Amino acid sequence: MTLEAAVRVKRDAFTLDVSLSVAAGETLAVLGPNGAGKTTLLRALAGLDEMEGRVVLDGTVLEDTNARVHVPTERRRAGLVFQDHVLFPHLSVIENIAFGLRAQRRPHATAMARRWLDDAGLGDRAESMPKSLSGGQAQRVALLRALATEPKLLLLDEPLSALDVSVRAEVRRELTRQLSSFQGVRVLVTHDPLEAMALADRIVVVERGSVVQTGTPDEVTARPRSRFVADLAGVNLLRGRAHGDHVALAGNASLAALDAGSGDVFAVIHPRAVALYRSKPDGTPRNVWRGEVEGVDLQGDRVRVRVHGPVPLVAEVTRGAMQELGLSAGASVWLVVKATEVSVYPA
Amino acid sequence: MRRKLWLLSAFCLLPACIGGPSGGGPIKSGITVFAAASLQPAFDKMATPLAEGDGIGIQFSYAGTQTLTTQITQGAPADVFASADAAHVTTLNNAGLVQESQLFAHNRLEIVVAKGNPQGIHSLADLGRRDLVIVLADPSVPAGKYAQQALAKAKVTVHPASLELQVTGVLSKVALGEADAGIVYHSDIVTSGKVDGVAIPDAQNVIADYPIAVLKAAKNQAGATAFVNFVLSADGQAILKAAGFEGV
Amino acid sequence: MLAGLGLLLFVLPLAGLIIQAPWNQALGELADPTTTTALGLSIFCSLTATAIALVLGIPLAMILARTRGTLRNVLRALTTLPMVLPPVVGGVALLLAFGRHGVAGSFLRQWFGIQIPFTTAAAVMAETFVAMPFLVIAVEAGLRSLDHRYEEAARSLGAGYWRVFTRVTLPLLRPAIVSGAVLCWARALGEFGATITFAGNFPGRTQTVPIAVYLALESNPDAAITLSLILLVVSVAILVGMRDRWLGAL
Repeated sequence: MTLEAAVRVKRDAFTLDVSLSVAAGETLAVLGPNGAGKTTLLRALAGLDEMEGRVVLDGTVLEDTNARVHVPTERRRAGLVFQDHVLFPHLSVIENIAFGLRAQRRPHATAMARRWLDDAGLGDRAESMPKSLSGGQAQRVALLRALATEPKLLLLDEPLSALDVSVRAEVRRELTRQLSSFQGVRVLVTHDPLEAMALADRIVVVERGSVVQTGTPDEVTARPRSRFVADLAGVNLLRGRAHGDHVALAGNASLAALDAGSGDVFAVIHPRAVALYRSKPDGTPRNVWRGEVEGVDLQGDRVRVRVHGPVPLVAEVTRGAMQELGLSAGASVWLVVKATEVSVYPA
Repeated sequence: MRRKLWLLSAFCLLPACIGGPSGGGPIKSGITVFAAASLQPAFDKMATPLAEGDGIGIQFSYAGTQTLTTQITQGAPADVFASADAAHVTTLNNAGLVQESQLFAHNRLEIVVAKGNPQGIHSLADLGRRDLVIVLADPSVPAGKYAQQALAKAKVTVHPASLELQVTGVLSKVALGEADAGIVYHSDIVTSGKVDGVAIPDAQNVIADYPIAVLKAAKNQAGATAFVNFVLSADGQAILKAAGFEGV
Repeated sequence: MLAGLGLLLFVLPLAGLIIQAPWNQALGELADPTTTTALGLSIFCSLTATAIALVLGIPLAMILARTRGTLRNVLRALTTLPMVLPPVVGGVALLLAFGRHGVAGSFLRQWFGIQIPFTTAAAVMAETFVAMPFLVIAVEAGLRSLDHRYEEAARSLGAGYWRVFTRVTLPLLRPAIVSGAVLCWARALGEFGATITFAGNFPGRTQTVPIAVYLALESNPDAAITLSLILLVVSVAILVGMRDRWLGAL
């Protein structure tokens, strides 16, 4: 069972144009900044919004603009989990879960709903009303509600974003557990790379309606192809033209690297690999630039220093080092990166 | 600012407190006349001669006699009251609200039917036909009370579809074609022109006495008396007769 | 201070009614057949009008909530027109439409022998005409503030249109429907102008409480006051009984 989709949706600022292919038992995460069109994609797959293109699920054509086929949402067998659960407020928890079963006219709907609840350890909340549940519980019930109807496709819209950070881990674990036993195809959209990495087998990065990168979580974050992913992965991303042992960056700056190849390339430098000096150092590193500290972000004992200059970079140093060097906004520094720490790959 | 607001609203209210009914042109005085609905066509015609001749501007308030009586009892500002029956004037007299009254017109009842009398109604007895839609005035209205008396004299049982709150309501329902027949005043039929009438023989008919009275609380006693005099004068009576009333 | 004046405007007339009421005679008046007939008829007609308003008004509200632009403005103007029209004008319009020579009425008379004016049905129609807009407005407001995603979630779970409507939309609309129905019923109960014009006045058939009060005012003021009081008590009971959460939709 697979999902093959080519979706085009015209939006005000851009046109969403994404093709994807997901196999059963696989979780695909669509990752992108807000406004990239991720929710639009999900809603189009669910049949809630208009789209152009073609969607085929398990051999059934759900949508085909050319053949004028549009299967309505209620017949798609596509379960939907919203960001903020959207549980029916006037129904109890067990009734919420039984809703889909009743719509499918299954006998013993209540009993089946109860089994799902008990399995998830929420049996004692069966008669509660949604507004008395905590955020995490509600989201878990929402997931159960979608899974209970045994859909072929499970669509999750930023399932963890609305939750408190403290609760996220718990719900994420539950989600992973449920997803692993779910037989169908799963598509998850999110702007949180942590969510994507923790839950997905494959990631598709979408920006302004287009796919900019696909791959496994590791591949994508190791070799980010967009500022968005790079920023969130916490690495420095530069772009330029490679000439064998160096990369020509914008503004006449040059980055020494090994085996840079030639042509258009991305260069990634991990913040840990960036050293800061108050005066120009005299040593082996080929990459030495001047800069001015733009800002400082404390993360426990580590400090991320944002440096402005011909080659803008983020450096990660210890707190002690920062205090010793007197690094604060406006301070003048020298950036140093060893060529061996520069990772280059084709753009 | 708040003070200015108070002053402004006070100024606006002032004319309402001082002023009485307004007319147009060089009016010497103004009066308010409460008159039964059936008098409207006749009285409206009296406004011009009075304004031109005596310089009196008249504001008329037409309604069912019983409604007007209630309003006057509750203190509505009227100078003259022209009623469709004596009983209501007696009520006001008992309440000490009117001076002596005078009869100024009579009106007789008549059966009203659609133009051309398509249903072939010729007597009160015909009103008992079950295939007709009959409308009468409510017994609390003088015209309705008289109609009941006439029907009783003719020994006819009628099943009315509606008991209108004003005799003009009966007329309009027949004129609109919603009712086949009703009982109204002769004057109503004369001034309408959109309906036909079927006479009721004297033996069954009821003659309504229309008294007119100046209210004791009238602000313009002189003007009110002038109006009553005009109504009783030859000119006034002529207008009334032209409207279908019988003079005194 | 202005608020106090406004409150006074409401309170004084009601206080006048209560203070002037002939309480010792009130019970006697209540037993009077004219009173009980008018009351019974009023309750029957107003409840029927409300029921009709619910059946016709909710679908109408749904259409209004889902349309946009010029069409919606036109539809909304049409449905709220009875609120703006003087009731008597409404009655005349009903006569011109459903009277013996009316646009639709003449057909009904020719083909089915049905005559509507002067019947209880006419009273119900008059009340429905003036009162239904209240329900439609309340329900439309409720629909617009409804989160679409509940219906979308229901559909994703396999619910067809009817199931979504009855199991999700309607229950979530309940506060709006209830407050709209109550306003509608209250308006229908008090209707006078359209009823007297279209349905006329006849005890037991079309003489509702407002008309009975009007007539009684001259001949039997005590009965008029008693009837007015009954209507007042009923209205106050309803309004007080309506909880805030039900009025939330207004």
